[in-house]
Amino acid sequence: MEEKKLLKGNEAIAEAAIRGGCRAFFGYPITPQNEIPEYMSFRMPEVGGVFIQSESEVSAINMVYGAAGSGARAMTSSSSPGISLKQEGISYIAGAEVPCVIVNMVRSGPGLGGIQPAQCDYFQSVKGGGHGDYKMLVYGPNSVQECVDIMYNAFDKAFEYRMPVMILGDGMLGQIMEAVTLPPMKDFSNVPNPDWAADGTRYGNDRRVINSLYIQPDELEALNHKLFAKYDVLQEKECMYEEYLCEDAEIVITAYGTVARIAKSAVDMLRESGVKAGLLRPITVFPFPSDRFARLASRSEVKKFVSVELSMGQMVEDVRLAVNGKKPVEFFGRCGGNVMTGEDIVEYIIKGGK
Amino acid sequence: MEGIIIAGFGGQGVLSLGQFIAYSAMYEGMEVSWLPSYGPEMRGGTANCSVCVDKKPIASPIISSPDTLIAMNMPSLTKFASKVKKGGTIIVNSSLITEKVDRDDVRVIYVDASDLAVKVNNPKAANLVIFGAYVKNCKTLDKANAIVTIGKIFAKKPKFLQSNIAAFEIGFDL
Repeated sequence: MEEKKLLKGNEAIAEAAIRGGCRAFFGYPITPQNEIPEYMSFRMPEVGGVFIQSESEVSAINMVYGAAGSGARAMTSSSSPGISLKQEGISYIAGAEVPCVIVNMVRSGPGLGGIQPAQCDYFQSVKGGGHGDYKMLVYGPNSVQECVDIMYNAFDKAFEYRMPVMILGDGMLGQIMEAVTLPPMKDFSNVPNPDWAADGTRYGNDRRVINSLYIQPDELEALNHKLFAKYDVLQEKECMYEEYLCEDAEIVITAYGTVARIAKSAVDMLRESGVKAGLLRPITVFPFPSDRFARLASRSEVKKFVSVELSMGQMVEDVRLAVNGKKPVEFFGRCGGNVMTGEDIVEYIIKGGK
Repeated sequence: MEGIIIAGFGGQGVLSLGQFIAYSAMYEGMEVSWLPSYGPEMRGGTANCSVCVDKKPIASPIISSPDTLIAMNMPSLTKFASKVKKGGTIIVNSSLITEKVDRDDVRVIYVDASDLAVKVNNPKAANLVIFGAYVKNCKTLDKANAIVTIGKIFAKKPKFLQSNIAAFEIGFDL
């Protein structure tokens, strides 16, 4: 095993992507994720990969579409306003069933907003984002090590399901340095190109086509159903969450990403003052661990859920859908780039909400 | 858990000082997090970072009341001094901060960091002087390990290594 390294979240994601087989990166600079393209710019040539700083975000995502459509392990990264610009391309990639990885180190919005951490792109990430009926596999890691572990396998998931995978971080996660253990380099040199890849080796009737245009309604409807059948499989097989002190919890706090760590410290403080609090942390935000919420909601000792977010309240809607009226679901958040402390969460809970 | 806030002007080596502490703790097998304030400011603007050191995994990397504050300039002292825990420590860069800390429930250590750095012919290493003073007074980190850490960090800049260790030593020996 390699020696532990102290890495920024952004750098760690870039290195983990390379070790997970990424050999093509296309991006355009934006704070707070600039260390990803910076790292890729010198690291990609070392491993024989491609790095291009494109002229725009729109261009970058379409380069990903093209490279990934030929079978390459391609990715892009950006932050909120840049991810908005990529939405058209992401929709095409989803429609054409092309695998790729997109990293969003979220900053505050709307508009150009600010450059400080936020989670205000939850809706955009898990409800579609671009036009048309589609979803992505979306992870919300909470530490630099978890970023590495998830990124390392993200391409495998993308290829398994032939769909875009998103890593949904926030500015804090991109900038924080923590000790990480990096996994070994995956070797794909003997793995044949996938049988759907338009890699220029087949002609005439054997040619492969990457396309999201389906003019015949029946054909498109079949594709819609095919995509959603995959999302059902995701729900069944890929749902990830972590629980902390939920066994006897009366108040279930829920949060994802870095905020879940702040919430965890709040749970510890609440427990010290005799409040039975627990934490349910979704690791995948799509698929959302709805079943787990539903099961907790039906426990008699659980009095309420509190969703803690860096937004005006987005994930809380999925919590409400999952809890389905069985228990009250409250929301506590900060936004604009401000970040709550553990004490803020404790104060909210002790005061009984509001 | 020890929570340390290090604050000063951009360019004073504030973020690097936080990394020296984080690397040293990591090499001693402890859990660490290093969270910078990041913003549009550059040299001359304000900069700070929060470093958490613990035997257990770090829950929240955000420090609302630090055990230790390292204030490299006056605005930083003004901003964070009142937030330091009772019984905590404030290390003051007295080269730039002429006022005394107005609290009697914390330990205050004044280090004339810039002048001491000049004394070892390494005027840019005020942050390493403070690092020495921190290791000496806060007992979280081992001195020998801290020096090995400095060696690892400056491995690619060997011509600065000796004068950087000298800056660390003069801070430690105060």
